[in-house]
Amino acid sequence: MATSVGVVVFPGTNCEMDAVAAVERLGGDGRLLWHGDEDLAGVDAVIVPGGFAHGDYLRPGAIARFSPMMGAIARFAADGGPVVGICNGFQVLTEAGLLPGALQKNQGLKFLCQPSMLRVESSDSSLTCRATVGSELSVPINHFEGNYTCDAETLARLRDEDRIVLRYVDNPNGSVDDIAGVCNEGRNVVGLMPHPERACDELLGSADGAVLVGSLLDAA
Amino acid sequence: MKFDVLVDVRLRGGIADPAGATIERALPALGYDGVAGVTVGKTVRFTIEAADEAEASSRSEDLCASFLTNPVIEDATVTVNPAGESAEAGA
Repeated sequence: MATSVGVVVFPGTNCEMDAVAAVERLGGDGRLLWHGDEDLAGVDAVIVPGGFAHGDYLRPGAIARFSPMMGAIARFAADGGPVVGICNGFQVLTEAGLLPGALQKNQGLKFLCQPSMLRVESSDSSLTCRATVGSELSVPINHFEGNYTCDAETLARLRDEDRIVLRYVDNPNGSVDDIAGVCNEGRNVVGLMPHPERACDELLGSADGAVLVGSLLDAA
Repeated sequence: MKFDVLVDVRLRGGIADPAGATIERALPALGYDGVAGVTVGKTVRFTIEAADEAEASSRSEDLCASFLTNPVIEDATVTVNPAGESAEAGA
């Protein structure tokens, strides 16, 4: 049976079909999950996709974290289930306390929508287990609040524990330590600002994201 | 009792404030010289039912810390006044 990946939809989410398409292209079974439901319907992995959950009112992710589905995701993550937050999904996971730090507005005052080069820093996470450390991937970014920040103590821990899984080669948004993606202590919850689901076919300009989405399928 | 609550949310020092920076850069062109340190935050106003001002303050501070602000990037000050008595009321 194909690995099932639940893709969470909030009011204002807009990347859910890209995520489902990427999962299915790689042989998985992508299923949409409504944020107001309270269970994960037995999926093997979860993607919190990009968009503007609840209109990004107050702060990106601030209201989304109170959705009933987020309780189910927290329990799934605590049991070791693989969870990936992409872009707005990353913001949601930081607001929910499933990942450390926060995403502030980009340095340079611009909304950024462009390809970005990422370097794989750790292959020990649910998003990078198929990837090779040191390899570089072309994956697009599309955000205004993607400038990762955290306090010095958190940053030291992330470094010491090898939890910075992806870095930008040419930091586009001012993120501290060039951070593009981080994982939790259990390494099963990963957040990243770039969109690997939009880079799973050469027709889209890059298929480099496939190794990341494929990793999630392997981790499930 | 009802209390008026005013929450003033500011970005913490060192956190990017593109709106503030853009406003500050525009000021000289508009003839406003000597203006510096522009920052843009947000205010949230609400009323809250509580037995007394101390309870109103403590519940508002909780609400502020758990939802209205993200302490990684934001600070806030909470001002509580009996409903109708604050300078903000009815403004």
